[in-house]
Amino acid sequence: MSIQTFLDIALALLVIGVAVWTIVARDLFVAVVAYAVYGLFLALVWIRMYAPDVALTEAAVGGGVTGVLLVAAGKRLDMSAIDIDRQKPSTTLAILAAGCSILFAGVLMIVILSLPAPAPTLAPQAAAAASGPGAGLGNPITAVLMSYRSFDTMLEKVVLILAVVGVWSVGADQAWGAAPAPFGPDRPYDALVFLAKALAPVGAIIGFHIFWTGADAPGGAFQGGALLAAMWMVALMARLIELPRIDARWLRLALVAGPAVFLAVGIAGAMLAGSFFAYPSAFAKPLILSIEAFMVLSIAVALTMLVAGPPYRKGAP
Amino acid sequence: MSTAIDAFTIVCVAAGVFFYVAGTVGLLRFPDSPSRLHALTKADNLGLGLVALGLLPREPSVLGALKIVVIWALVMLSGASTAQLIGRVLRRGRR
Amino acid sequence: MNDILLTAAGLIVFAVALGLARVLRGADDIDGLMAAQLLGSGGIGTLLLIASATSVPGVGDVALGLALLAPFATIAFINVLESDDAEAGP
Repeated sequence: MSIQTFLDIALALLVIGVAVWTIVARDLFVAVVAYAVYGLFLALVWIRMYAPDVALTEAAVGGGVTGVLLVAAGKRLDMSAIDIDRQKPSTTLAILAAGCSILFAGVLMIVILSLPAPAPTLAPQAAAAASGPGAGLGNPITAVLMSYRSFDTMLEKVVLILAVVGVWSVGADQAWGAAPAPFGPDRPYDALVFLAKALAPVGAIIGFHIFWTGADAPGGAFQGGALLAAMWMVALMARLIELPRIDARWLRLALVAGPAVFLAVGIAGAMLAGSFFAYPSAFAKPLILSIEAFMVLSIAVALTMLVAGPPYRKGAP
Repeated sequence: MSTAIDAFTIVCVAAGVFFYVAGTVGLLRFPDSPSRLHALTKADNLGLGLVALGLLPREPSVLGALKIVVIWALVMLSGASTAQLIGRVLRRGRR
Repeated sequence: MNDILLTAAGLIVFAVALGLARVLRGADDIDGLMAAQLLGSGGIGTLLLIASATSVPGVGDVALGLALLAPFATIAFINVLESDDAEAGP
């Protein structure tokens, strides 16, 4: 058994162990920390499966942004005041739920293990087709996302906007239009301010780098956008900048910019390149990169506003 | 020459792993939170620093080596600052 | 050589997992935070070793991203703990 196999088995066991810990933890805070840890170990698993793009997204979104989102939401709901034990389901219900879950997982396992051994896949054809019609990108994942499956990718960003609208609508009526409650303490510690001042600009450059390098190497718009969102939130938490009002025009423009530009290019493609969402072959790569730039902006803004929460006005319920 | 470089890498990486393990032992065995924090920051800085140092000569390009140095600098910066923050929270009495 | 580096990576993961056991033993929130931070730096060390030992491209960038995300998550978690304290009062 080679070193790599040993490492992989240990990693798999760790992932399962941390997943169990997430469920078993009684305190919400510990459970969310465990969830972030789970995201990190899962990112390592993705790396071992030769999928660095997914690993970066998993670490950024699963571990970082979602973890912070859960912990902020938990604080807002004051989960520590809720008595978990009082709401235990009855034993029959618990056994039924356990049985169904085990059955489902078992069926899934059998199905996956009985797949034919080089799994039938359209991935090589898709990558070839994507780099054919003028995409010219070195990273096949970006080529598939932005050229072969571009409509899906645009719709994903629209879903993000809908989520932000949903979060905003949770706020009190009187608070509509105000900024969300601030992230950080009113008088942050010096160490935090220093860290934010040093980290956020460097992180922003790195986030931009990861977006830009996604054309030819692992990376891409979503990962870059998530990192930019994280750095923006670091600056917000140190109160270096303040959250914008949700009726600010620039905010709403930034949110919509990504999918809007994408859609505009897609419609233009119908007239200029022959079909909806096709790219003219001479301009494909620069066009894709410009669309991605706007998408990075939208993703960064959307993720930050999702974590920031509903608008808040002092005195409103 | 390359065996000397390999030996350098192995020595540094081994020392780095030793410090990671030491950090964990400290986290497990020290009696109170501030000393555990102490163990943690040592592992952060020394363990990662030695591992990064050991891997530097293996990088084929200057850019790759620069990336490792940037990662190292980021971890040092954030590790030191967050240790301060955690220490503050501890001092304010959250047992 | 690559095997040695991968073994080192495995040892780091193992050490970090042991650190998590500290938290499982029911210590309080701050220890959980510290264990998560140990995991962050251990994860970066592991990724650097894997990047050097295998031929997967882009692992270095994942380590770079993780070096940014670990302090972000830690700051956010500390913020939540702090505000809990503030509401609890003196």
